Amino acid sequence: MPDRFAPGDAVRTSTADPVWHTRLPRYARGAVGQVVELAGHHPLADDRARGRAGTRQAVYHVRFAAADLFGDGDHAVTVELWEDYLEPADHQPPGQQGGTP
Amino acid sequence: MSGQHHGSSAISERVRHVEALLEARGLVDAGEIDRRIDEFLAGGSPANGARIAARAWVDDGFRDRLLTDANAAIREVGLTMAGGLQEQRLKVVANTEQEHNVVVCTLCSCYPIALLGPSPAWYKSEAYRSRVVRDPRGVLAEFGLELPADVRISVWDASAESRYVVVPRRPEGTDGMSEEQLAALVTRKGLIGTAAV
Repeated sequence: MPDRFAPGDAVRTSTADPVWHTRLPRYARGAVGQVVELAGHHPLADDRARGRAGTRQAVYHVRFAAADLFGDGDHAVTVELWEDYLEPADHQPPGQQGGTP
Repeated sequence: MSGQHHGSSAISERVRHVEALLEARGLVDAGEIDRRIDEFLAGGSPANGARIAARAWVDDGFRDRLLTDANAAIREVGLTMAGGLQEQRLKVVANTEQEHNVVVCTLCSCYPIALLGPSPAWYKSEAYRSRVVRDPRGVLAEFGLELPADVRISVWDASAESRYVVVPRRPEGTDGMSEEQLAALVTRKGLIGTAAV
């Protein structure tokens, strides 16, 4: 399967809070950042931690402005995230689809 | 967030139990796990990271290759990230006058052991892991590194498969020094980003 994202793409991280091990840090959930680099292809850590082989998928360095993660701060935080954790930033997350104004 | 990785006798007991089961079922030989860990740690030292930083200071071409494809570049100085079960991806970032980089693993304590040796206790502490992403300027100040307000800070969270090394800025007044002398200036903290050199 081709990689879903490329450097420069704006992405939004998942808001899911799974009961199993995940490598999407809590502070980076539901945030919008920018893909800066492809970091290889690896089986999803969530699958591996549950004893499943997991399919290999793209892992990206995603850069966030601290203000978008924490509400303040002028630094940047780059987090390495599996493709399954990401949606295009213009995709409305579940529960936030507004009606027409 | 999980607690400390080390010093828990309950975890040590569980690890010993799993090791005993693996040996009893013939999946590993007695002592094999210790031998593998010893082999993996034997080559790991901050002197390796220091060599990489010093070469990047004296050779712009190497620096460019290092920042583009670190795994390939470090082979030029006889180093590799392939010492464990698989070759780990290495990402090297370089400090500049405008930007300072610092590395953390907020989820556990992932760290490039081959290039920096075993990690310091503070790197694994919950305080460092939880605070440096939120307030890096404050945490770096506590380490004694006061950065000018106009220097941007980039924090790198080793949350997946890559391992990270920071190339510090080359100190002033080192123009006449050899690569070997320069390498002796580079500290482990400098390579993590919690100190200048």
